[in-house]
Amino acid sequence: MDNFISILIFVAVIGLTLGITYWAAKQTTTASDFYTAGGSLTGWQNGMAIAGDYLSAASFLGIAGAISLNGFDGFYYSIGWLTAYLVVLFLIAEPLRNLGKFTMADMIGARFGARKVRGAAALNTITIVLFYMLAQLVGAGALIKLLLGIDYWISVLIVGVMMTTYVLFGGMTATSWVQIVKAVLLMIGTIIISFLVLLKFNFNFIGMFDAMRTATPHGEAFLHSGIIYKDPIGLISVLIALVLGTAGLPHILMRFFTVKDAKTARSSVIYAVWIIGIFYVLTIFLGFGAAKFVGADAIIAENAAGNMAAPMLAGVLGGTALESFVAAVAFATILAVVAGLVLSGASAIAHDIYGEIIKKGKVTEKQQVRAARIAAIAVAVFSIILALGAEKLNVAFLVSLAFCIAASANVPTILFTIYWKKFNTTGAVASMLTGLIVALVLVALSPSVINPVPGAAFFVGQPIFPYSNPAIISVPAGFLAAIIGTLVSSKKFEAEEVSYAEVKFKAETGYREPMG
Amino acid sequence: MGKNPKKKQANVTLDYEKIINTPEFKELVKRKRKFSTPYMIFFFVALFTLPILTGYTTILEKSAIGSMTWTWVYSLSMFVMVWVFTSIYMNKAKSFDLDVEEILKKHVVK
Repeated sequence: MDNFISILIFVAVIGLTLGITYWAAKQTTTASDFYTAGGSLTGWQNGMAIAGDYLSAASFLGIAGAISLNGFDGFYYSIGWLTAYLVVLFLIAEPLRNLGKFTMADMIGARFGARKVRGAAALNTITIVLFYMLAQLVGAGALIKLLLGIDYWISVLIVGVMMTTYVLFGGMTATSWVQIVKAVLLMIGTIIISFLVLLKFNFNFIGMFDAMRTATPHGEAFLHSGIIYKDPIGLISVLIALVLGTAGLPHILMRFFTVKDAKTARSSVIYAVWIIGIFYVLTIFLGFGAAKFVGADAIIAENAAGNMAAPMLAGVLGGTALESFVAAVAFATILAVVAGLVLSGASAIAHDIYGEIIKKGKVTEKQQVRAARIAAIAVAVFSIILALGAEKLNVAFLVSLAFCIAASANVPTILFTIYWKKFNTTGAVASMLTGLIVALVLVALSPSVINPVPGAAFFVGQPIFPYSNPAIISVPAGFLAAIIGTLVSSKKFEAEEVSYAEVKFKAETGYREPMG
Repeated sequence: MGKNPKKKQANVTLDYEKIINTPEFKELVKRKRKFSTPYMIFFFVALFTLPILTGYTTILEKSAIGSMTWTWVYSLSMFVMVWVFTSIYMNKAKSFDLDVEEILKKHVVK
C-alpha cells in the first residue's frame, strides 16, 4: 500500500514532465529554441526556472539533513547559496545577457576570439557539469532505491532516461518548464512540512528554539556555530566557494539567455531571490523538525549524511501520503537539476567545441540542433556510466567542489572580461586553467579524498591539504593568474580580441550589431 | 535593452572608442559603479564577519530573544539584506535604463 501511493505519485510526476516535453518538442526547431527557448521566457518564468535549476538535492535533502544533525552549521549553506545572488544581480546578470548568446563561453568569446579561450571555458563547463551531475545521480539512485525499493542501477537509469528525454526532444523549453513545475512542487512540499512543524510548536517561533536546546544530543551547541566547522578558516573557505561559485555555474548562467533582454534577466533574479530565499528560511523548520520529531539516531540509521531527514519528517508529520509526496518532490528536484546540467554540458560540447572551435561558427541551423542532440546523449550516457560505478562512493562533496571550481576558474575571467580594460587572452586562459587545476589538485589532497577515518573518503591517511573546500586558496589563485597572465604577456593575440570599448558599450547597453 | 537593429542603417560599424568616451557614457558607468560598490562592499564585509564572529568569539552565542541566539538573528538579517538590496537595485536600475535609452538614441539611432 505504501509503495502503491509512492509509485502513483512518481508516475504522475513522470507523466506530467513527459507531457511538457511533448508540447515543448513541437516548438523546438532552431538552435536558439534548443539552447535558450528562443529567448521567450518572461521574468517570473525564468525566475522560477532559476530556482528550479538551482535548488538541488543538496539544498532540499542535504541542508535539511545537515541542520537536523549539526544544528546551525547546516544553515551556512542556506546563507551562502542565497546571498550569492547579490553577486549575480549586481555584477553579472545584465552584462552577461548583453554579451552572450547561448553559453557562458559565448560571453567571454564576445571579447576574446581565440579558440583556446573558448576551449578553456568549455572545459570548465564540462568539468563542473560532470561533478555536479555525478553527485545528483548518485543521490537520486540512493533516494529512489530507498523510497521505492528498486535497485540502485535501475533508479539511476530511470533518472538518466528522463533527463535525456527532456533535453533531447524538448531542449530548453522542456527543461525550463520541468524546472518551473519542480519549483512549485518543492515550495508546496516545503511549506506544508514547515506549517506542520510550526503547528507542533503552537506557532511559537521562539518556543521552537527553546525546545531545540534539549531536543538533540548536541544540547545547546545545536543552536550555535561550530559543531562541524571547528576551524573558522575552513568555514570561510566554504563560504567563498558558495557565494562566488553561483556566479560561475554554467547551468545557472545559461538561464539568463532564455529571456529577451537584460531588463528581463534582472527581473528574473528578483523572482528567483524571493523563491530561493523563502525556501532557505524554511530549511530551518525542516532541520529543526527532523531533529525534534524524527531524531538524530533514526535519521543516521537511514542515511549517515542525513539525506533522508526531510522525507522522514514528512512521514512523521503527515503520514505515508505526505512522505510519498515529498519523496516525489525530491525526485522532481533531481530531475529538474540534471536536465539543466545535461543541457549546459551539451551546449559546451556542441556549440562551443564543435560549432565555434572546430567548425569556426560555420554550421547550419540543422547541423547545430543535430550536434546539440548528439552531445546531450553523450553527456547523459557518460554521466550515467560514471554514476553506475559510484554507488558506494561518498560523492556529497562533489557539489561544493563544483561551486569551488566555478568560483576559482570561471568567476575571475567573467568579471575581468566585463570590468577590466587591460585584461587579455593570456590572462583569461591562465586564470581559467589555474583556477581549475589548483581547485582539483587541492581537493585531491584534502580530507574529502584522504581521510584518517576509514570509509569517510577514497583513501585512508592524513590529508596533505587541511580544508575540505580549497576556495580560500584556489579563488585568489584564479584572480592572481588572470592578473599575472595579463601583465606578463605580449600582445600577440590582440588580433583576435574585440576592443574593450566595444565590449564595454555592448555590456552596458545591450546594443548588438545588426545582422548583414 | 532598447535595441532595435532595424532602425539603424546596416553595415555601419559604430565608433565604440568615441562613444565610450562621451560624457554621457562615462557618466553612466561612473553612476553605476558609485551605486553598486558600497552595496557590494557592505555585503562581503557583513557576510564574512559572520564566520569570524562565530569562529573567534562567543558574542553571537548570547541569547537575543528567548533561546534564539544572535547567530540566528545575524543570519536571518542576511536574508533581509538580500531582499532589500535586490529591491533597491531594481528601482535604481530603472534610472540607468533611461540613461541607456538616451545614449542609444543619441549615438546609434540616427
